[in-house]
Amino acid sequence: MTINWFRYSSPASFYPIAGRLIPWFFSAAALLMLAGLYISFFVAPTDAQQGEAYRIIFIHVPAAWMSMFIYIVMAAWAGIGLAFNTRLSSMVASALAPTGAMMTFIALWTGSLWGKPMWGTWWVWDARLTSELILLFLYFGFMSLQAAIDDPRRADKAGAVIALVGVINVPIIYFSVKWWNTLHQGASVSLMQSPTMAKPMLIGMLVMALAFWMYSIAAMLMRLRAIIIERERNSDWVKALKERQS
Amino acid sequence: MNWGSAGEFFAMGGYAAFVWGSFGVTAACIVVEIIVLKARHRAAVRALPANSAGQP
Repeated sequence: MTINWFRYSSPASFYPIAGRLIPWFFSAAALLMLAGLYISFFVAPTDAQQGEAYRIIFIHVPAAWMSMFIYIVMAAWAGIGLAFNTRLSSMVASALAPTGAMMTFIALWTGSLWGKPMWGTWWVWDARLTSELILLFLYFGFMSLQAAIDDPRRADKAGAVIALVGVINVPIIYFSVKWWNTLHQGASVSLMQSPTMAKPMLIGMLVMALAFWMYSIAAMLMRLRAIIIERERNSDWVKALKERQS
Repeated sequence: MNWGSAGEFFAMGGYAAFVWGSFGVTAACIVVEIIVLKARHRAAVRALPANSAGQP
């Protein structure tokens, strides 16, 4: 039996699928977030050096991970849209950008609130912080460029170019703490070595990261549905949708 | 268990503004994004051209 994958790459057939998936991803996000918050505040012990302030980590690190991960996924879909001229891929990229920007903002915001009590400053122009700020501007650049171009297909192409060029920034963020002498601490969790932190702290962080992941997918699918309607408004199936709803 | 009382929990060992400032703003971001997304979808459907019967 062969599955026709191209069937799902058409906005008309993916629109109802996305609608059915959204509640599942939102439920998973809510459950994981509840579990993550419980671990963050009631299971994870007080930090010996940082007291309770370290609990910001349970938001800060997952948000920072998502900010980089969403960017890579966004650039990949934008690139696929550019290479194969598939509308839905480009729409997915556009649907990811605002959520990615939000994650970047949360990472910067919580980092600032963590930096003040621990480093004594809200902000420093060091490599990690500056490259993460550049990531925020890359998201803004992608979104404003697309918003500035009237023809959606041309907007997709221009956006894909800026998204793909900007990918270079992601490894710079990730390795900045190794390459340069920064105020920001190094990675406590990496693929190459066992994590250097207490078990409950690690588990809390991973559960929250999973929650953010599920949330990001749900938010992306919701935005994707809106984008599909906005862009396919003149197609017959969207018109039929309107008639069914009214 | 980390906390002796609710007051202790909310005080966060003296870091209340930083910890709750982080978790609060994150929660607000999520809530606002969901509201904005629902509104965008609704607006997109409402803005669709009227059907052939000529209803607004």
